[in-house]
Amino acid sequence: MTSEIILQAIVTGLMMGLIYALIAAGLSLIFGLMEIVNFAHGEHLMLSMFSSFWLWSLFGLDPIFSIPITILLMAFCGVITHYFLIRYILKAKMLIQICATFGLSIFIRSIAQLLWTPDFRNVDKPLLEGRLEIGSVFIGQPQLVASLVCLVAFIGLYLFVTKTETGLALQATAQDRHAAEILGIPSNKMFAIGWAIGLGCVGVAGGMMANYFFIFTDVGINFALFAFVAVALGGFGSIIGCLYAGIIIGLVESLGGLLIDPSFKLLYVFAIYLLVVIYRPQGLFGRY
Amino acid sequence: MDNKLIIAKSEPLWNTNNRVVFLISTLIILLFALPLFGLNSFYLHLFIMIFMHAVMAQSWNVIAGFSGQISLGHGAFFGIGAYATSFFYIEYGISPWVSMPFGILVSGFFAVLIGIPMLRLSGHYFAIATLLIGISFQVVFQRWDLVGAASGLWVPMTPEDSWSALQFHSSKVSYYYIFLVFFIVTFFIVWLLSRSKLGYRLRAVRDDPQAALSLCINVSNYKIIAYVISAMIMAPMGSLFAQYILIIDPDRVFNIEISIIVLLITVLGGIGNVWGPIIGASILIPISEYSRIYLGGTGGAVDLILYGLILMIICIFRPDGLISFVPKDILNRKKQR
Repeated sequence: MTSEIILQAIVTGLMMGLIYALIAAGLSLIFGLMEIVNFAHGEHLMLSMFSSFWLWSLFGLDPIFSIPITILLMAFCGVITHYFLIRYILKAKMLIQICATFGLSIFIRSIAQLLWTPDFRNVDKPLLEGRLEIGSVFIGQPQLVASLVCLVAFIGLYLFVTKTETGLALQATAQDRHAAEILGIPSNKMFAIGWAIGLGCVGVAGGMMANYFFIFTDVGINFALFAFVAVALGGFGSIIGCLYAGIIIGLVESLGGLLIDPSFKLLYVFAIYLLVVIYRPQGLFGRY
Repeated sequence: MDNKLIIAKSEPLWNTNNRVVFLISTLIILLFALPLFGLNSFYLHLFIMIFMHAVMAQSWNVIAGFSGQISLGHGAFFGIGAYATSFFYIEYGISPWVSMPFGILVSGFFAVLIGIPMLRLSGHYFAIATLLIGISFQVVFQRWDLVGAASGLWVPMTPEDSWSALQFHSSKVSYYYIFLVFFIVTFFIVWLLSRSKLGYRLRAVRDDPQAALSLCINVSNYKIIAYVISAMIMAPMGSLFAQYILIIDPDRVFNIEISIIVLLITVLGGIGNVWGPIIGASILIPISEYSRIYLGGTGGAVDLILYGLILMIICIFRPDGLISFVPKDILNRKKQR
């Protein structure tokens, strides 16, 4: 075990971590806004990867260029989800909320399986290919670009939420939706915007990953699990916490896989989750 | 003490609404008499599946319905039960009747292990943790060579029907009665639980943890107790299922679909109600089996699409499940003085 391999694992973990961070940020935004955990988050990621794939396979659009379309499609999907499902369960018990989004996840996954079969697909000969060699570390170009785009999107999301008027309105709604309504912020509209942005983040991550990841109907489950852990680790509802949590999870996954056994990646991440929940239940940056 | 509780405790168990007693006893007699009419093996299979899923959903009902905690990985306990009996039977020839209690104990142990850290916190943490647990178990058993890794365990068939090995090849009637007995016993256990002090405390914990705490109810302990009971009800169903199909592998007994269907049956029938899982199972399992006959084999997962759709529709329009269509005073106890 040389230091080069470990360095390599760290770089890989870091790049994956940025992607996890963006996926988790979408989840965290939605949770912070209306205290609903979107258990269909992985399926939304799968949808965005498939949207990228079909734009490539039907129209010959490279995943890099189809990103804006994927983001718009996913944002639209978020608004639809809010309009047809979430709107009705806002006041329901937590149990019902979990069941409803869980039902949505089963529904999307099996519809995808029916339409597209469970085959593995990938984008053939994307524009981004090959790898860079820096010192002794190899970096896949698509992975690098994906993680950088995710980082930029994450910073953009953070600036949007903290600096713009709409972002502040979102925060106000998250803190107290009735008080925000008195101030003339329509909470229903804010929820729809929250869902659109949350799934837009997933659209960025999914669209970029379509470059190099296998695309199949169950692809979202692992990413969603890691995103749940990242949200709990960062603190439910904290967006900046997701960045750190995502990177930690990426590092644990890749270093654990290197040093112990790659087939138990999920267990290492689960162990982190357990530790966080036992010793710091509010997460690293949590409000609760 | 709660007024309702005093009334409930002051009355003997059997002095309930006559209609309920009548309903239950007719149902039991009918179900016991059913194989005598010469059902073919498909219908026996259908009933076996209904009983099995009703018990599994009943187990989920204990943790989710009574104590209000969502477990999305209940399949883990099913798998533990299945592996416990099959493994000991194959390796040491121990009768499934002996190893079944062992599987129950192991399930309970894991429930304590998971419950102690997770159930102290709000429900989302627990739901995510159980989702992770369900998949972790599948991953571990897929790689665990001692229990056959991904190819699973093949229970050797006995040459003839045997009660000690729990294998019946000539007809499914014996399986039918075994599952029926488990179904009835579980129903009464959960029914007693729902009317006991423990049941009332669990519901207090579910409805208002703060108020429950102020009444000296140790909220997290009661949640753990509910989780353990629920896991222990789930495990024997795994054991029986393993003996029923005689081949188990991680993708079958730890499948997330088990956790999904258990949740769906309970929510469909009525969560937190002892009748809910029974109603849910007797509606959903026929749908699932028939859709497998007419639509299956295409890999289309049509039944899963239906499950997801039903789950969302129920959550939106009837969060209390189908049982809420039944007028309350039919199933409730007689009006108290």
